[in-house]
Amino acid sequence: MIDKKSGSNSDIQILDGNRAAAIGAKLSRVQVIAAYPITPQTPVTEALSEFVERGELDAQYIAVESEHSALAVCTSASIAGARAFTATSSHGLAYMHEMLHWAAGTRLPLVLACVNRAIGAPWNVLNDQQDSISQRDTGWIQIYARNNQEILDSVIQAYKIAETVYVPVMICYDGYILSHTEMPVAIPLQQDVDRFLPQYRPHTILDSSNPKNYNLVTLANPRINAEGVLCHGYMELRYLLQEALQNSRETIRKVGQEFGELFGRSYTDLLWKEKMEDADIVIVAMGSLAMEAIVASKMLREEGYKTGVLGLRLFRPFPKADVLKALSKSRLVVIFDKNISYGSEGAVCSEIKAALYGSQVNAAIRNFIVGLGGRDVTAREMADAVKKSIASLTEGVPNKGYPEWICHI
Amino acid sequence: MVTVTNKPIDSYLRVDRMPHIWCAGCGIGLATSCFIRGIERAGLDLDKIALVSGIGCTGRVAGYVKLDSFHTTHGRALPFATGLKLGNPELKVVVFSGDGDLAAIGGNHLIHSARRNIDITVICINNFNYGMTGGQMGPTTPLEARSTTSPYGNFEHPFNLPYLVAASGATYVARWTVLHLRQLERSIAEALAKPGFSFIEVLSPCPTVYGRMNKRARGLDEMHYYQEKSVIRNGADPKDTDISLDGPIVVGKFVDIKRPTLWDYRRQVLDRTLQKKKA
Ligand SMILES: Cc1ncc(C[n+]2csc(CCOP(=O)(O)OP(=O)(O)O)c2C)c(N)n1
Ligand code: SF4
Ligand SMILES: [Mg+2]
Repeated sequence: MIDKKSGSNSDIQILDGNRAAAIGAKLSRVQVIAAYPITPQTPVTEALSEFVERGELDAQYIAVESEHSALAVCTSASIAGARAFTATSSHGLAYMHEMLHWAAGTRLPLVLACVNRAIGAPWNVLNDQQDSISQRDTGWIQIYARNNQEILDSVIQAYKIAETVYVPVMICYDGYILSHTEMPVAIPLQQDVDRFLPQYRPHTILDSSNPKNYNLVTLANPRINAEGVLCHGYMELRYLLQEALQNSRETIRKVGQEFGELFGRSYTDLLWKEKMEDADIVIVAMGSLAMEAIVASKMLREEGYKTGVLGLRLFRPFPKADVLKALSKSRLVVIFDKNISYGSEGAVCSEIKAALYGSQVNAAIRNFIVGLGGRDVTAREMADAVKKSIASLTEGVPNKGYPEWICHI
Repeated sequence: MVTVTNKPIDSYLRVDRMPHIWCAGCGIGLATSCFIRGIERAGLDLDKIALVSGIGCTGRVAGYVKLDSFHTTHGRALPFATGLKLGNPELKVVVFSGDGDLAAIGGNHLIHSARRNIDITVICINNFNYGMTGGQMGPTTPLEARSTTSPYGNFEHPFNLPYLVAASGATYVARWTVLHLRQLERSIAEALAKPGFSFIEVLSPCPTVYGRMNKRARGLDEMHYYQEKSVIRNGADPKDTDISLDGPIVVGKFVDIKRPTLWDYRRQVLDRTLQKKKA
């Protein structure tokens, strides 16, 4: 298929989300892949091992003995100058926790596909976003895809973003709902992807004529090294990572725009909006849940409510200014979270509140916790929750009632 | 025709959880019944046994036996079992888990538990792959065997588990297949009675994934292979018991030695130190 706007060629195939992620990694010409299987991520690694063994992808694939090792391998492969990729879910991501900090702290441009799944105990293999949300403070950029096309496109963009800002990127997508559901996906041509994403030029390359020592013990305060150079202390390095994430929004936008120019699918917006022009009631959600919200919003519009949907694509760094702008005309914001920050509220809700704090926007905020451990979330339930929230505007909200859980207790 | 409604091992199973999830032709159920008969044979008090599993098809055993059981996280069965044993030394603690769980993600715990000679019995179902996640290669997959992550044959050298745990310090090491029901049952009873770290590797068909990818698509095909290729060599040196894709399988009891357990050593060392202090 030729895209009219960009003139680029692509091949449309029916793919599930895992295959889309694997093809995204292949088109990005990843050089090292290390992974350990876990449901529902397994097909990603199986596909990649197949590409490598069939000679379609010139990469080293290693079936390591755990996720912790997978990310350790990717981290040092990246230091050695290779473009590295891994994928995991749930307990696998939790087990990587130490290495997630390590990779971000080392400022390596890794890309990880996280197929969102609930975390135990008790065991559950179905979808929610507790796994990636639990890793939000590790210094990784987090992008959430809403469909399989976005998964493929985001993996390719992720390398360009990561290799520009030197922050690793996690592409998150909902287990089963996307990972195992097939839909049409346009697969860009390799030569076009090569134009978009040139070969990785590492900033860390190991060179025996200029030996480097990575991640040595760093004291709190800046210190003069043996060559008399004043080096950052631990805190300065942390500051630089925070600054890199804060500044990455512009890179993410720019990369998304370039991608759009080449492939006809623009990702300039860090959010996506549905019927937001005249909406005074806004439903906010992340990942595939936001697609369900569109159906709920349609139902509500039919009943005469002016609803719209704000879908979050980026969670870290949080697109604060964009959210504030998008919500400027709203009087009620209803946030659905597929995660819970125990003892507080949904993670997206906290971010939205923080984004609105101190602004002119004086919208009421309601938060619903939904869909944990694969519990179905129907558009009807979402629409009912919005109506309940509207009623609460006049009736008031008992403080203890929020966040409200859509469950049977 | 005789219809058996109440099978003799039912009283040891959580029959309310049946039907189980294992595929037709899977060997884990056979090993489970050997385990139950092994407990009977050893004459253990059921209230004093705790069963710990990691995650995997094998891990499901913890949910099906009517014993105090603990379905833990992937790879961590041995540390959980260690905690149980430390918390209540009276318990006979058994770990029943898969090759991937015990030797891949949990491999570190395996060698350290054997080294400490902690009083635990491990029954490891080796089906040469990660069955539960769909047949990926793992640390026991024979060279050249196919799996979903080695579609053209595995090129990683596998562990010989009896050799690994024997070298790490286990006091009892045996290997059987699920075709060797009597020997396995007897071996489990022996291991349960043995102080220290005992380890039994049980080769078991996984027709659904490993078998299908390696020309043994029915459980029976793998059983035929066991029948044709296994040789019983009690007392064999574990280093001579490597397994290859279609090669011979040495089974038997390889190690049965005495070595002070963690507790024995602790008592000895403490006694000596305290005596010195008194003197
Ligand atoms: C930290 C973590 N990583 C990965 C998984 C996914 N997982 C579940 S079972 C399993 C492998 C099981 O293989 P094995 O122990 O050999 O048991 P089998 O299913 O073959 O009996 C894996 C990788 C998990 N549950 N947790
Ligand atoms: S996948 Fe393999 S190991 Fe798991 S139940 Fe089926 S046959 Fe048994
Ligand atoms: Mg196995």
